[in-house]
Amino acid sequence: MIFHPLGKYILLLKAAFRRPEKWNIYRKEIFHEMNAIGVGSLGIVAIISIFLGAVTTVQTAFQLVSDFIPKSVIGLIVRDSTILELSPTISAIVLAGKVGSSVASQIGTMRVTEQIDALEIMGINSPGYLILPKIIAAVTTIPLLVIISIGLSIFGGYLAGTASGAVTAQDFITGITTDFIPFTFTVSMVKAVIFAFIITTVSAYQGFYTSGGALEVGQSSTKAVVISCIAILFSDYVIAQLLL
Amino acid sequence: MIEVKNIHKTFGENHVLRGISADFKEGMCNLIIGGSGSGKTTLLKCMVGLHEPDEGSVIYDDRDFTRMNFETRIEIRTEIGMLFQGSALFDSMNVEENIMFPLNMFTDKPRKEKLERVNFCLERVNLAGKNKLFPAELSGGMKKRVGIARAIAMNPKYLFVDEPNSGLDPKTSIVIDDLIQELTEEYKTTTIVVTHDMNSVMGIGENIIFLHEGQKWWEGSNKEISNTDNQELNDFVFASKFMRALQKNK
Repeated sequence: MIFHPLGKYILLLKAAFRRPEKWNIYRKEIFHEMNAIGVGSLGIVAIISIFLGAVTTVQTAFQLVSDFIPKSVIGLIVRDSTILELSPTISAIVLAGKVGSSVASQIGTMRVTEQIDALEIMGINSPGYLILPKIIAAVTTIPLLVIISIGLSIFGGYLAGTASGAVTAQDFITGITTDFIPFTFTVSMVKAVIFAFIITTVSAYQGFYTSGGALEVGQSSTKAVVISCIAILFSDYVIAQLLL
Repeated sequence: MIEVKNIHKTFGENHVLRGISADFKEGMCNLIIGGSGSGKTTLLKCMVGLHEPDEGSVIYDDRDFTRMNFETRIEIRTEIGMLFQGSALFDSMNVEENIMFPLNMFTDKPRKEKLERVNFCLERVNLAGKNKLFPAELSGGMKKRVGIARAIAMNPKYLFVDEPNSGLDPKTSIVIDDLIQELTEEYKTTTIVVTHDMNSVMGIGENIIFLHEGQKWWEGSNKEISNTDNQELNDFVFASKFMRALQKNK
């Protein structure tokens, strides 16, 4: 049951990675997609990141009731959970909703309005032209978004912690600068790249094989988000198992 | 010339094309006609490679298209222009970018030269100066004409047209038909038009292939079509009251 779509997905990726007809056209498309995926998602990622850090700080402080545990631990927990899990995974899930649905509906609409057929008639490798720039743009911009998300999350945690009196500024800064393991950042970037690949390829697959009309485009878009989210969470577990 | 030999195509249990063979002549408007579900569009899609036939071959001037892989097909595909039923213009591009797209992809001409070609194609379809409009700003007839302009941008040897009159008023339909015929004569293209519009059949049908239940049922010209004793073809041609009245008056 799963093997047929999996095979089609792999064949689509193989076609997408075929040598481009003209690099300068693809380059233009890559920059266009970087703008759409990266810059276009900056606002939503910034907002969720600040609140993510703020909530993590407040809830960690709430659970740390023992006087034997220094308050600086709050900063440490916020930093590690943000870098390792919250920023890459929650950002990816939000981006699956925003970018994934957009990719699936864009390509799906092109399919049902025969625009993909028009590309193929011209002799253009349509998976390459439509999907490759999106993959390259996503795997380069989404890690950058995750880095920004990490910074803003920790900043959000700092603001919420100090404003609510849950932790002092000094304790929080001590926490985030203590016992930092740089490898956690590497794991975070590995996750970001893999999640970016999943979001774009799964959504592009759903869009590319849409058949029917407007209703089916909507269904493809929903399926793209649902499958991307499940694949992100599954691969999150696999990466954690393999790398940590 | 395009030769189609013994084409079969099945979708699941549905045997849509049942061994169709036909020749589509150069410099001529070749029409594929037939009722809904007769296999017209499937045959067209098999000819341009959007569907792979289960059996048979499509030969473009002694080059067997069906036996070629993706890379070798590109050479023939750059010689093909196609107007789709819904025009299939790229929504994110304006008229100029739509027409320039195949030129950007397959030629290394300077931008000025490509722009000249775009303007020439737009003039040819009577849309000069509409370069910066987006598909959403165009009427149905204008979209078809931009589609034709894009199809002829690369000077195609083979022009495929799928239902050129669908959704158009009779007057605009005639404009589109005339344009297709003029371009065919002017550039000596092998033009294949899929239609069930009887105005097109009578107007531009120099070589007509009538499909019925996935088979070639009749072949001839617009001069012969109204005098045939083929029952299925007569049912198709004289289905409308207008055509029946015309036949009575004759």
